[in-house]
Amino acid sequence: MKLPIYLDYNATTPVDPLVVEAMMPFFTESFGNAASRNHAFGWQVEQVVEDARESIGKAIGAGAKEIVFTSGATESDNLAVLGVAEFYQKNGKHIITSPIEHKAVIDPCHALEQRGYEITFLDVDKDGCIDLKQLEESIREDTILVSLMAGNNEIGTLNPLREIGEITRAKGVLFHTDATQGVGKIPIDVDEMKIDLLSMSAHKIYGPKGMGALYVRRKKPRVRLSPIMFGGGHERGMRSGTLNVTGIVGFAKALELSMAEMASEAERLTGLRQRLFDRLSAELDYIFLNGHPTERLPNNLNLSFGYVEGESLMMGVSNLAVSSGSACTSASLEPSYVLRALGVGDDLAHSSIRFGMGRFTTVEEIDYTAEKMIVAVKRLREMSPLYEMVKEGVDLSTVEWASH
Amino acid sequence: MAYSEKVIDHYSEPRNVGSLDKSDLNVGTGLVGAPECGDVMKLQIQVDPETKEIVDAKFKTFGCGSAIASSSLATEWVKGKSIDEAMSIQNTEIVEELSLPPVKIHCSVLAEDAIKAAISDYKSRNEN
Repeated sequence: MKLPIYLDYNATTPVDPLVVEAMMPFFTESFGNAASRNHAFGWQVEQVVEDARESIGKAIGAGAKEIVFTSGATESDNLAVLGVAEFYQKNGKHIITSPIEHKAVIDPCHALEQRGYEITFLDVDKDGCIDLKQLEESIREDTILVSLMAGNNEIGTLNPLREIGEITRAKGVLFHTDATQGVGKIPIDVDEMKIDLLSMSAHKIYGPKGMGALYVRRKKPRVRLSPIMFGGGHERGMRSGTLNVTGIVGFAKALELSMAEMASEAERLTGLRQRLFDRLSAELDYIFLNGHPTERLPNNLNLSFGYVEGESLMMGVSNLAVSSGSACTSASLEPSYVLRALGVGDDLAHSSIRFGMGRFTTVEEIDYTAEKMIVAVKRLREMSPLYEMVKEGVDLSTVEWASH
Repeated sequence: MAYSEKVIDHYSEPRNVGSLDKSDLNVGTGLVGAPECGDVMKLQIQVDPETKEIVDAKFKTFGCGSAIASSSLATEWVKGKSIDEAMSIQNTEIVEELSLPPVKIHCSVLAEDAIKAAISDYKSRNEN
């Protein structure tokens, strides 16, 4: 077992050796620019890129022509939100999304607000689930886009894509989903789910960083976008810039591998996640699961350890790489906005740890993790004035805190 | 963001973790911070009734490594000092001793507040 143990697979993943192998020839031998129309160096990689488009599209039930390559899901999200907003503004300037989307969706929405667009942030319940009825009722004549993610990166909660697609299609509104954490992990079919735009990223599925794609529907309806990157008109005018051939090849290979083992991995990872949760809850009181208990990404476990702060907890398990929703771990000193939106309470947001399991996670690593976490939590609770007060029977919500 | 050796030291071997009897008139208890902020420190001092010297100090902290280290250091520093001397401990001294980065300076401020709160509590209960 190699230390430190990596359990932050929701943040990023190592590139699979098979993916690296697939990418290598395109660094040094087949290094042509895919847009070089006049010689073999270009034609060769052009074909490779088209093959990649085809296989990536297939993974989500889309056609090759519907895949636009980008530098990652952040760019894809920006292109989807800003591109639709700009192109369809004559139809309206109202967009619906949720407060627990990734910043790559929320921040472009805020930017649009500055330009006179109106954004509705749906309510989410304590598990991070939206209310489909509220979604339906929020759609207006001037609504041009609904953007709701496939699976939440922090708490793992899955959105009911099929049901959302039913509503948006019936109302004639475009449906974009940020499927960065979902592609290759849970089944996604853009036709079945009536998805019109979809963002994906390579580095979440054992592919290289700096590579992603945006699915843009071509039929029924045909989705148009105003580009946000200008300069040459690549990707059918939707995204200019020389294609990252090595990245594209890597992305396609990574997705191919993920799709092949999606079902078995989902089962295995769900098992590991449950094992970790069971071991921790057997030994520790005041642990809370953040996110939906069953409708969640197979590899994600987000727990709040009451009365113990997240950063100090991570310090105590220095051989584990995990992440926390605590303010102390963010550069802005703000606690996780996702946990805040759930109404979890800031103190529990500060006490949260996200465990992300992955392809290379073993049972041994999970057991080691549980052991170390239990020891660290117990130790920090010995040092916690809050735990002491709770054990004395004090109701913390009645205390008047003297904050600075 | 790597931690300074001293922060790690105080975190791994915190000095004076625990509680004193807060009903004891010779004990001053300071509770500062708030759970919503992610930082709560309880710092207690045991004052010798004759010499008015702080003879013991204990702390408990809910907070990051730097917060724990700051409060641990605070208990170390107040011991053996008079109340007035302890009152004059500045957060900047804590920052320097622990090499706290700018984003963690507020932890030292809270520790200074905790010392003052403990002293203030002791004084108010010993008004006569």
